[in-house]
Amino acid sequence: MKGIIKKVSEIDFGLMSPETIRKMSVTKIVTPDTYDEDGYPIEAGLMDPRLGVIDPGLKCRTCGSKGGDCQGHFGHINFARPVIHVGFADTIHKILRSTCRKCGRVLLTETEKLEYKDRLQNKINNGEDISGILKQIHLSAKKEKCPHCEEEQEEIKIDKPISLVEGNYKLTASEVRERLETIPEEDYIYIGINPKVARPEWMVLTVLPVPPVTVRPSITLETGERSEDDLTHKLVDILRINQRLKENMEAGAPQLIVEDLWELLQYHVTTYFDNEASGVPPARHRSGRPLKTLAQRLKGKEGRFRSNLAGKRVNFSARTVISPDPTLSINEVGVPEMIAKEVTVPIAVTEWNMDQMKEYILNGPDVHPGANYIIRPDGRKIRVYDETKETVIENLEPGYIVERHIIDGDIVLFNRQPSLHRMSMMAHEVRVLPYKTFRLNLCVCPPYNADFDGDEMNMHVFQTPEARAEANDIMKVQEHILSPRYGGPIIGAIHDHITGAYLLTHKDTVFEEDKAFQIIKRSKMELPEAKGRPWTGKEIFSLLLPDKLNLVYKAEICRKCEECKQRDCEYDAYVVISNGQLLQGVVDDKGYGSGSGKILDAIVKQFSPSDARYFLDHGTKLAVFGGVMQRGFTTGTADEEIPKEAEDRIAELLEKSDRRVEQLIEAYENNELEALPGRSLRETLEMKIMQVLGEARDNTGVIAERYFTTSNSAVIMALTGARGSMLNLTQIATCVGQQAVRGGRINRGYIDRTLPHFHKGDVGSKASGFVHSSYKKGLDPLEFFFHAMGGREGLVDTAIRTAQSGYMQRRLVNALHDLSVHEDGTVRDNKGTIIQFKYGEDGINPAKSDYGAVANLDRLIEEMRLEDSEASK
Amino acid sequence: MKTDILKHKLVPEHIILTDEEAEEVLLEKNITEDQLQKILPNDPVVKAIGAKEGDILKIIRDSETAGTFVSYRIVRP
Repeated sequence: MKGIIKKVSEIDFGLMSPETIRKMSVTKIVTPDTYDEDGYPIEAGLMDPRLGVIDPGLKCRTCGSKGGDCQGHFGHINFARPVIHVGFADTIHKILRSTCRKCGRVLLTETEKLEYKDRLQNKINNGEDISGILKQIHLSAKKEKCPHCEEEQEEIKIDKPISLVEGNYKLTASEVRERLETIPEEDYIYIGINPKVARPEWMVLTVLPVPPVTVRPSITLETGERSEDDLTHKLVDILRINQRLKENMEAGAPQLIVEDLWELLQYHVTTYFDNEASGVPPARHRSGRPLKTLAQRLKGKEGRFRSNLAGKRVNFSARTVISPDPTLSINEVGVPEMIAKEVTVPIAVTEWNMDQMKEYILNGPDVHPGANYIIRPDGRKIRVYDETKETVIENLEPGYIVERHIIDGDIVLFNRQPSLHRMSMMAHEVRVLPYKTFRLNLCVCPPYNADFDGDEMNMHVFQTPEARAEANDIMKVQEHILSPRYGGPIIGAIHDHITGAYLLTHKDTVFEEDKAFQIIKRSKMELPEAKGRPWTGKEIFSLLLPDKLNLVYKAEICRKCEECKQRDCEYDAYVVISNGQLLQGVVDDKGYGSGSGKILDAIVKQFSPSDARYFLDHGTKLAVFGGVMQRGFTTGTADEEIPKEAEDRIAELLEKSDRRVEQLIEAYENNELEALPGRSLRETLEMKIMQVLGEARDNTGVIAERYFTTSNSAVIMALTGARGSMLNLTQIATCVGQQAVRGGRINRGYIDRTLPHFHKGDVGSKASGFVHSSYKKGLDPLEFFFHAMGGREGLVDTAIRTAQSGYMQRRLVNALHDLSVHEDGTVRDNKGTIIQFKYGEDGINPAKSDYGAVANLDRLIEEMRLEDSEASK
Repeated sequence: MKTDILKHKLVPEHIILTDEEAEEVLLEKNITEDQLQKILPNDPVVKAIGAKEGDILKIIRDSETAGTFVSYRIVRP
């Protein structure tokens, strides 16, 4: 790259004067045609060769550099009549309103001028925003009579995009320009114009810069036909009308025709700048597609700013479908060999790794641990081919760089969109595997919010040792087990891991020693010393716990009894870990599950992330091999089977609540119902009915639960927090319950009734969407319809919520992206201004806090007591 | 009669610092005046307590995370 290094000291934003536009122009454009019959560009046409070249073979007529090097040169079009620039229509309107129609001076008295000038100058000198004062000036400069020449003022209105109307007369662009010209330079400051860089009359165009061809390249189709860029099309329109306008004016055509053409020219110039301006019909392509003109190129998500400047495409990245692999560590990612051979890491050749590098080159680009390119010390990049690799190896010496394939142990960045939080991009260690999908450990599904129904993820390969070191230390998966959202683990066991751990650590789980050792070995753990007696599941699980771990908590299966029996809990829900031994209690979702795992949380905080990684990697394996696979685990509708007597009781219960609803309605109709405070009678009725029906559904659940045994797989999953809830089971086994739309019972559809199957005014349970049937039994047609109504609302809600929260997130990120916590604990912006004297007002890093709080005293005391009692023993 | 906004429970305590106190705060926090957050001279509380431009206010607020929290603002337009 050639060029001169200079430091930018100041940037001025101003307007381009007609002189500047003409000065930087290399040619005047007059002909609307682009190419002649032979396919050569026409001189003074829109494709004039002096505007620059795109073909790499040709030389530029203006600057002499070859195509690709020449960035192009501007041309210009002289307008036959001036035209208002759409982007400035509003500004022009404001200026005209606050200046005199005759003498052009700002409608401020001398005293006002003095005062404003002082304040403006002050702000400008301090480099502060003056828009507030300008707004005030705009308001006070609305006078009926000019304070300087006594001229009566008429109100000027702006008609949608560009027409300025004074009274009933529509000002022409020439008149507007004349008025702007009369404004004296010393008044510029009051209308917010810096006379050094802009003059108001420049907002009305007399000459239009024509962008070089490099900005609007034409595409040659396969048929050999040329297809021009939208901008070129628009410029052709402008030229054509401009030409006609000029001819008509010279021929002395009637005023009316000239004005019509002028108007048309204004339209084309307007849409050339902005084809989505309100009040202007968008200019369309022959196919009916609206043209993408200048403003459209910049604006919005697909515009230049958001898609090319704020975001870019990158090399050394890969994307494919993901699938699970429980044998990988949470820190690893399985990379398909095909991808491993495509993305590379640059390795500097030294005398110590020379042999290794030669081996990679010898393998070439098609054999796995190979190399694709080498970079010579002079910067030349050479592709490794089978034919050339021998010579490449001969020339190889320290100082060369070899771009070798990624291999096991390389560190890469792994990402799943939408990247909503920092855990959406984490560093993994590579494991090159067969087949074509990325493989990941199941514990990292929650932070990425990934599942395997076809999700795809991206991988990026770090290219510098600095990046690798940083990623290894702070971006590794194990460093993100604790979420900064709530100081608990977001990476943890899910689904079968939890069921498995529950089954393994359950009271009755005992294995013969040889069986226990098989499980431990299969979980890739070190074999412990033999005990010479059977092992309990808790003992096996304790092998994973750090020796110094002391912990007391209530498991997920806790029934929340009125009085906690603590250590004598009959459900084994009171977990006690003392010196790394699981003395009692079961391990379930609260133990090491994603989102709430206490043991996991304690290990990360008291020991280290790599201890937690070990615990998670092997704990999940232990749960699968020692829990789920020893017993076998399956679920089906048989798990939601309830005996006939239960069904009868449920039917009876529902009938009773239906009657209760009838009674309520009767009471309402007889005006015997008493309104709740702040509610109408009707609302009271609705609330009471909802309450009765809600209780009814819950009570059916209570009945069903009595018939569910603890060996029931579905119940185990619901209670341990592995998957599903008791509510789900109730809905399957007994009664689906009330369907809701807009937070209330269903009341829409026909006049005074939901469906024509009911009487008008029927607000009974059946008519308002209470589903008496269970999913297992099946819904009747009416219930099915109501259920679909409720279901549809749920779907629409989620769709809307994601869109809304996405936009909210975007605004929040834009507002906060340059705030940072400094060494002294203050939060500052990029200027060093203090935003908060202490981060979060308490200076706590939520990821390292105890579920958001500084510390949980009760727990600490309990654990200290535990340590004491163990010590005294 | 006008309501005394300073007695409203949502209005935190604002104290005008003396020049010496202000100096001390800036020194302790190792910041300059223009790094402080500003509070407008026409802010209702500023008018109520009669602070002038250039004064530094100590604001003691209830905080969800820290109980009470002290911050400083400079009166500046």
